[in-house]
Amino acid sequence: MADPMKIRATVQGDVADVRVLMAHPMETGQRKDAAGKIVPLHFIQTITAQLNGKTVFNADVSQAVSRNPVFAFKVKGAKAGDKLSITWQDNKGDKRADEVVIGAGS
Amino acid sequence: MKQALVLGIVAAVAWLPAAAQTADPTAAEFDKFRAIMEQDNPAELFEVKGEELWRARRGPKNASLEQCDLGLGAGVVKGAYAQMPRYFADADRVMDVEARIVHCMMTLQGFKYEELAKQPFSNETRTPEPVSLVTYVAAQSRGMKLASPQNHPKERDAYETGKAIFHYRAGAFDFSCASCHGVDDKRIRTQPLPNFTKPEQAILAVRGWPGYRMTGGLMHTLQWRLNDCYRQQRFPEPGYVSETLSALLTYVTVNANGQVYRGPGIKR
Amino acid sequence: MHDTRRTVLKGVWAIGALASAVAAGLLSPGRVFAAWNKSAFEAKSTIDAMKSLGFGNAEDSKAIEIRAPDIAENGAVVPIDITSAIPGTTSISVFIEKNPFPYTGTFDVSQGALPYVHLRVKIGESSQVRVVVAAGGKHYMAAKEVKVTIGGCGG
Repeated sequence: MADPMKIRATVQGDVADVRVLMAHPMETGQRKDAAGKIVPLHFIQTITAQLNGKTVFNADVSQAVSRNPVFAFKVKGAKAGDKLSITWQDNKGDKRADEVVIGAGS
Repeated sequence: MKQALVLGIVAAVAWLPAAAQTADPTAAEFDKFRAIMEQDNPAELFEVKGEELWRARRGPKNASLEQCDLGLGAGVVKGAYAQMPRYFADADRVMDVEARIVHCMMTLQGFKYEELAKQPFSNETRTPEPVSLVTYVAAQSRGMKLASPQNHPKERDAYETGKAIFHYRAGAFDFSCASCHGVDDKRIRTQPLPNFTKPEQAILAVRGWPGYRMTGGLMHTLQWRLNDCYRQQRFPEPGYVSETLSALLTYVTVNANGQVYRGPGIKR
Repeated sequence: MHDTRRTVLKGVWAIGALASAVAAGLLSPGRVFAAWNKSAFEAKSTIDAMKSLGFGNAEDSKAIEIRAPDIAENGAVVPIDITSAIPGTTSISVFIEKNPFPYTGTFDVSQGALPYVHLRVKIGESSQVRVVVAAGGKHYMAAKEVKVTIGGCGG
């Protein structure tokens, strides 16, 4: 079971500033472990974000994204109290979805 | 002449990359982006894990750590890290945060020192529980001023011992901590070496630890950092959570007292 | 950019496949790109990756802002902040020229996101970071150099 993401979403006007931290090794398939064996390719391939159940942002990414990835994006038409969910899926078919309630910005 | 020896050796100690004490443009550039990276720091993933571990019933005694006294009373976590290292009567010694957490894991949960000391540092397959716990506890002092106490005689003694150790030259290179961290304006490649004998630079010994290290994506504590310094100086390996390391940490933390701790950091 | 390289990029033209797939409604709802584009992600050069993605005709643009360090403290985690001021931006794609597989990803901002993304990437050696923006059916690009060094010993 994949580890949870940390999502921060705050709204300024009607734009939600979303920052997500994902727990994932993002192995390139080129790294050798301590024993000298190649660690197999294992990385997040797709990311989808939904605002109140409707997709507003999505991405396809490669193993060149850093370990424990961080992404930020901005969603229009959001308000405090809206639900923002993010899902990722990796090359092994493993998935993780997390949701937060959008907070008021400072 | 000793200066030349220090500069000539590649495997010298770098405690931590930090704000330049001189106006080094490369270091300033690193700091600017370091601040961006610390806004969303993978260390937070370990903070969350640490909190789970704090509350979970674990070990032979199947108990949680919620009764652990970090110096401010049983179970009080907020602000405790900023006041460590400190003296603990039940152990009759000065302890840094990791030594204290290990103590609580032993007394409350029944873990043995040997198990915890066997592989105490993070590697690609595993982050030891004390590392996540230290990250959680340290994060609860985010934004607070350091106030490692010097009230008890053993606290004062730890400071003096730490100071002596810091300046004690030994090992194959005839190094001491002070060789790299006891003088202004030293640098290894692109990383400035702060002078921990001065208060305004001593904060750089504490700030940013525990830290998520970009190299390898590993969470590391000061126990790891000190162990690695000893290795780089070709000293014998220090005891995990030993009084020696608590003394060294007392010395640099007290030097930095009064300055704000910003929470777990991100390191090269 | 060298003139010959620019000529090659302008000369490459890959239309059709992607456009008709969209038109035929073959793509699942909510996603502009059908499946994770294996041939683009496995391309060993930016040019080949861009060809696979149909970005062959991209023209330089000053309206794409790429904020990244001039010198990365550690090539394992390089922060990149991208903002497109091109009206009608639908997607932002990133290529790291010197990486073994330059194509790093595409961010679809066409369904309610602003033309902005922040990501952190691995850069193996000092390299151009190239960004391609799709807007109004056309493609635009910009690049920024990021140097990767060997740092100190620890910390």
